[in-house]
Amino acid sequence: MTGRPTPHPSPVTRPFWAACARHELTIQRCGGCSSAVFYPRPVCPVCGSSRLDWVAATGRGTLYSYTVARRATHRRLADRVPYVIAIVELDEGPRLTSTVIGTDPADLAIGVRLQVDFEDDETVSFPVFRVAS
Amino acid sequence: MSAVPPPSIVGVAERAPVRDTGDETDLTLSASIAVEALADAGLGLSDVDGLLTHPMDVASRLVPSTLGEYLGMRLGYADSVDLGGATAVGMLWRAAAAIRAGMCSVCLCLTAVPRTTAGTTHTGPTRRTADLSPWREFDVPYGNIGATEGYAMIAMRYEHEFGDTARARAEIAVAQRANAAHQPKAYFSGRPLDVDEVLASELIADPLRKLDCVLPTGGAAAVVVVRGDLALRAPRPAVPILGAGEAVTHKTITYAPSLTDTAIKDSADRAFAAAGVARSAIGLASLYDCYTSTVLLTLEDAGFCAKGEAAAFVGDHDLTWRGSFPLNTHGGQLSFGQSDVAGGMSHVTEAVLQLQDRGEGRQVRDLRYAFVHGNGGIMSEQASVVLGVVVS
Repeated sequence: MTGRPTPHPSPVTRPFWAACARHELTIQRCGGCSSAVFYPRPVCPVCGSSRLDWVAATGRGTLYSYTVARRATHRRLADRVPYVIAIVELDEGPRLTSTVIGTDPADLAIGVRLQVDFEDDETVSFPVFRVAS
Repeated sequence: MSAVPPPSIVGVAERAPVRDTGDETDLTLSASIAVEALADAGLGLSDVDGLLTHPMDVASRLVPSTLGEYLGMRLGYADSVDLGGATAVGMLWRAAAAIRAGMCSVCLCLTAVPRTTAGTTHTGPTRRTADLSPWREFDVPYGNIGATEGYAMIAMRYEHEFGDTARARAEIAVAQRANAAHQPKAYFSGRPLDVDEVLASELIADPLRKLDCVLPTGGAAAVVVVRGDLALRAPRPAVPILGAGEAVTHKTITYAPSLTDTAIKDSADRAFAAAGVARSAIGLASLYDCYTSTVLLTLEDAGFCAKGEAAAFVGDHDLTWRGSFPLNTHGGQLSFGQSDVAGGMSHVTEAVLQLQDRGEGRQVRDLRYAFVHGNGGIMSEQASVVLGVVVS
């Protein structure tokens, strides 16, 4: 399978991708208001504090919404059609974009419990999700 | 003798959307639509002292001065509005505010988007490859890129909370297609549609099918907003901008506060409050319709029906130009064609034509007020206006 479109990390986001390479899902926790923050930022989008610490996420979440792309939305994803594009709500609160693998899209439903997994290509490990057993 | 109205729209122009605009560029399209809109207002290029435009391929920056120079304008106000599908409606209150602030008296609000069948528009791939935004880093790797998949995820969540809407979505597409029959400029004019055809069309991104989606086209549209006293001297009835609202909450749908309670509510509430006009007085709803599902959410969040009841509302109303709730009487972008930001302007030009009693074979009777809503990105940018008409 072709690799996914490659992210270009910045100094702020590099720790996230470094943790993914170790197959750990991390998010930020605000030292000012305790909010869980994703995607990584230099300031908390809730309270504006710059005291943001990296913490391990449980990797558990819920399928908030999804679609099944019947046409490729990027040339590097063409050989995956049809594929699931998902909005996952982490148990810590934030939502992120990902995909759900290992389940026939026809069997998916909003609200299903998910567990993070990682999909490695040559340079990047991408967080993906599987239906929790 | 009428009282002096607020800043008003007095001229419009619109090109029929096409799949391929050939050799036209942003500038050639802009020039022809500018001249046409000004002529409609009884004005010329030399009368313009305000210009609102949008990001274009022609220049990576400084589009207002590029276009102003090209058209030989001396401007007291020049700006670019970057709100996607909400750009056109967002231009209207900016024009009115600039006029009230004394920065200009005749403001041209212009949208022009060339397109080739290769599919390149100003939001095309050249810009994307250089994009270092969070979206590029965290959403694009999974294919959360285009509008269709984003709106599909909204529709999926909506149907999870409020029930299936496939039939209501199809009824919107069908009613708007019926409206387009009376607007010869509409891309799908003269090509009637029925509910079964919509429901049988190709599944693109669950639950959205091909006929839930707009067709990308190229085109151009412009309106002329002038100071109130000048509006009364215009050759056509003045269409005052009575109230406006705007709301922006996110860029990528994943990070929206909610998928089913949208910022359309903030935008529409502000517009109606500023106008002092009730929803029940609206005779034409010109609602941004990139997808049929967008219309359902807009009917609810703009306050025409309660949350979760849009499908029933659609079933209970005739949405055609002579019906109980005239909606997108030009066909909407679903049937008119979506020329990127110029598609958003089509909702404005149609409302103006209708208010000026120029709706030809689709004229809404006894029309006093129209509500126009623009929606950008993936429910990201919202802009609303209430328009009236000065009957002399």
